[in-house]
Amino acid sequence: MKEWIPLFVVLPLAGAFIIPVAGSVWKSTGRVVTPLLMLFLTVFSLLFFSFKPQVMVYYVGGWEPIDGIPVGIHFVVDGLSVLMLAIINVIAFAASFYSLSYMHRFTGDRYFYTLFCLMVAGMNGVVITGDLFNLFVFLEIAVISSYALVAFGIEKAELEASFKYQVLGGVASLLILLGIAVIYWQTQTLNLADISVVLQEAGNHKTLVFVQMLFIAGFGLKAAMIPFHAWLPDAHPSAPAPISAMLSGVLIKAVGVYSIMRLFFNMFAISYEISMLIVIIGTVSMVGGVFLAIGQWDFKRLLAYHSISQMGYVVVGIGMGMVILSVNGDQRIATLAITGGLFHMVNHAIFKSLLFLNSGALEYRTGTRMLREMGGVADQMPITSASTLSASMAISGIPPFNGFFSKLLIIIAAVAGGFYLIAVLAVVVSFITLASFMKAHRYAFSGIPKFKGKNMLKEVPFTMGLSMVFLASMCLGLSLLVIPFLRDLVLAPAVDALMNMLHYSQHIHGYTL
Amino acid sequence: MTNIVKTISRFMSGVVFFFGVYLLTNGHLSPGGGFAGGTVMAGAFVLMVLAFGDNIMHLRKTKEGSTIIENLAILMFLLFAAAGMWLGAKVFFHNYLDIGVAGKLVSAGTIPLFNVFVGIEVAAALFTVFLAFVIFKEEEQ
Repeated sequence: MKEWIPLFVVLPLAGAFIIPVAGSVWKSTGRVVTPLLMLFLTVFSLLFFSFKPQVMVYYVGGWEPIDGIPVGIHFVVDGLSVLMLAIINVIAFAASFYSLSYMHRFTGDRYFYTLFCLMVAGMNGVVITGDLFNLFVFLEIAVISSYALVAFGIEKAELEASFKYQVLGGVASLLILLGIAVIYWQTQTLNLADISVVLQEAGNHKTLVFVQMLFIAGFGLKAAMIPFHAWLPDAHPSAPAPISAMLSGVLIKAVGVYSIMRLFFNMFAISYEISMLIVIIGTVSMVGGVFLAIGQWDFKRLLAYHSISQMGYVVVGIGMGMVILSVNGDQRIATLAITGGLFHMVNHAIFKSLLFLNSGALEYRTGTRMLREMGGVADQMPITSASTLSASMAISGIPPFNGFFSKLLIIIAAVAGGFYLIAVLAVVVSFITLASFMKAHRYAFSGIPKFKGKNMLKEVPFTMGLSMVFLASMCLGLSLLVIPFLRDLVLAPAVDALMNMLHYSQHIHGYTL
Repeated sequence: MTNIVKTISRFMSGVVFFFGVYLLTNGHLSPGGGFAGGTVMAGAFVLMVLAFGDNIMHLRKTKEGSTIIENLAILMFLLFAAAGMWLGAKVFFHNYLDIGVAGKLVSAGTIPLFNVFVGIEVAAALFTVFLAFVIFKEEEQ
């Protein structure tokens, strides 16, 4: 199994460049190749769950470590990477299958599938690489294709949103690159495990605090945490619906939150101040995002603000774990907090992608994104209505949907860890989320139809409907992850990868203190 | 453009092109390599378009061609890299060809091959970007 790890990058990359070549001969190449490729990668990534928690290291080009010092690039797949790979490829499959019908309205859809495959290749690369600069390269592949995809409609608003996204994304990349340069200057290595070892030997250093700040700002911009969130509410709604689902569902997690987790747990030594900073950023995002969301009348914009808020929950969960670990607190509470954060990340990928696909379905049939101009579509569009309802229940944390269990874990961890204010805020934010989705349902699905062509209204095409039903059933199905057997299979390896911080570098480097 | 520019460009672009080819084929022996060589090669094409390219329909066709060549070059690169998963040590990006004698033109295994395809890719990509700008400006008028 280990020898096939590069396929996660090779296959989508090959797909991305075969589509424009073959597409000039046979027009439907992209429409056929992309979903099949994503289906294969989904099955392939799920297979990795059957291997018990072990770190798999792949030496690219066959460059084995010399005297224990890594040369060349490593691909590292551990519990956390497997979890991320599964999220990315499942959502990519649903989104690409959905695009089959949805993208009919756009011209030049082979470029769409090219960029889509390229984005998936970049995200898979970020998740499996064990090299800091390689991570930056894959991150750029993913975000540059996302810049183009946001502007895919080439209307005025879309180009403006893409431009804003590019400027802020460029600033983020610059900060990250500067951070990597300083790290390289200090440690003379770029391998994550090797950097970790060098930093452990050197002890704490003032330059490191500077680098950590750079990384929090850079990856925080990519993850759209609140002081850095300005691009997200423009960029995510402007993209075509399957791309909004990919951006909100996985891109901000794979290039933003995953990188923060990997670097701060497995590379730097966790310090109390940085952990508290991450908790504060998460809390501000959680609370601020939802208050910005509730006043929106554009459905996709409302969803985009909710992404900020829900990612706040994830960061708070992870951050609380970091704080508890940094003060040598109770390991069980830290485990609970991190489990809650990762579980919520999985759940958010599912229900937020589903909500964006639903918003695309509504736009496809009603021709508008404004909630006030819709209304009364529930009777004619039962699949869209039902799947939107289940996703809304999941995001607001109503049992038995998956969002309830992950929010519950985070709140229990907050109470047990003494973060009472965060626990209260998490409950309040959950109520406001419920309120804003009740508003969306009231205006979009019930009442009198107000849009043009309401007599022609019917259910969305088959592929769109099937993707939405698939994700809606996963909204229910993923709550099974609280059952100990499934939790040990899926979530526990990822939590272990973060909890045993030094295990990562020890395994790759063979170094023990 | 005037006849002077056209004649000089016709002479110069060949020289520029072959300097690019030299840079990219000697990439594993001397400074230069795929990216530098490809950039110089793209310069030769840019020179020809500046001197002769006033037919927008023709430019559009050229742009389609250069896009296809660009994609094919990346695919070949990827194929050579992925072939390492079946040949030699069975590792992605493995240098499975004979290393040869250092300093000879045919040596260093797969690296000159990678350089050649990177060169074609960079040349085609830069030329495509340039053509996109030219076509955009022609359409504005």
